Amino acid sequence: MGILDKQFDDNFIVTSVDDLFNWARLSSLWQLGFGLACCAIEMMATSASHYDFDRFGVIPRPSPRQADIIIISGTVTFKMAIRIKRLYEQMPDPKYIISMGSCSNCGGPYWEHGYHVVKGIDRVIPVDVYVPGCPPRPEALLEGLLKLQEKVRNESIVKKTA
Amino acid sequence: MKSAEEIFNLLKEKYNDGVKELVKQPIDAYITCDPLLINVISLFLMTHEDLLFDNLMILSGVDDANGKTVLVDGLKTIEGGTLSVYYHLESTKLRHKIVLRVSAPRENPEVESVSLIWHSADWHEREAFDLFGIKFLNHPDLRRILMPDDWEGHPLRKDYANPEFYLGIKVPY
Repeated sequence: MGILDKQFDDNFIVTSVDDLFNWARLSSLWQLGFGLACCAIEMMATSASHYDFDRFGVIPRPSPRQADIIIISGTVTFKMAIRIKRLYEQMPDPKYIISMGSCSNCGGPYWEHGYHVVKGIDRVIPVDVYVPGCPPRPEALLEGLLKLQEKVRNESIVKKTA
Repeated sequence: MKSAEEIFNLLKEKYNDGVKELVKQPIDAYITCDPLLINVISLFLMTHEDLLFDNLMILSGVDDANGKTVLVDGLKTIEGGTLSVYYHLESTKLRHKIVLRVSAPRENPEVESVSLIWHSADWHEREAFDLFGIKFLNHPDLRRILMPDDWEGHPLRKDYANPEFYLGIKVPY
């Protein structure tokens, strides 16, 4: 508690704009309701009551215009990559990307003979957190989200960090 | 219920040169046919009262890769040989099955469409066209079904080479 805190009556909190914005952002990372393959099943399990994504403020939104993060959960084909790029561009800033599972990290089992698979979604859009696994368990995805929250917590609205 | 020999004899009697041979295998014996007569033969197989093949279970394309492998611009390319289409037929009424095979030359693989006889062939033929480049004559809507419309080449051919880039995205690992 600093001297400033004692200048006011009850129910006042003194903080910096950065801290306030970051706290608000990291506590309500709304995700785009979007799944691609078997990783999407794990993502849905993470959203369901047992793992409860909602306790971190993650709510699936049906429109990219209301979403803050997009979880690339599954195999990205070239045909789909174009659509993902378009969805990503429709999201308002600040926006974040979690790449979930081996396929979207690096092509996964399709790395050599998958003529149709993009060898990593980072060739199309910038990724913030990579979650390894095939598919990752819900705990791993939660860990990925915590990593992303850590990243958001250290951001600044005046200095560009990413 | 008819055996593969009986079906073959019925077809041979009716179409003579259009039906080539019966290849016997442990499980599925198959009959090789003329690719430009397959629609007529299929209609016969479906309507003949002793055959009644009302169900096309699957239609698949195959690259036989039986041509010569040559180097063109440093890329392995197959010249000559054939591409094949297999038809797995079943009669749900008479409970017998048969496999048909047609082979078309690799440079100009033209096969008559059977999608007007069995509607399930429609998307299967589009898939064979997409991945092997087999042209199905008289198909109502022959365009790619899996790959993007602007994709070049047919990926399941044995001599297919990946492009370096697709729409600016690097393709190889």
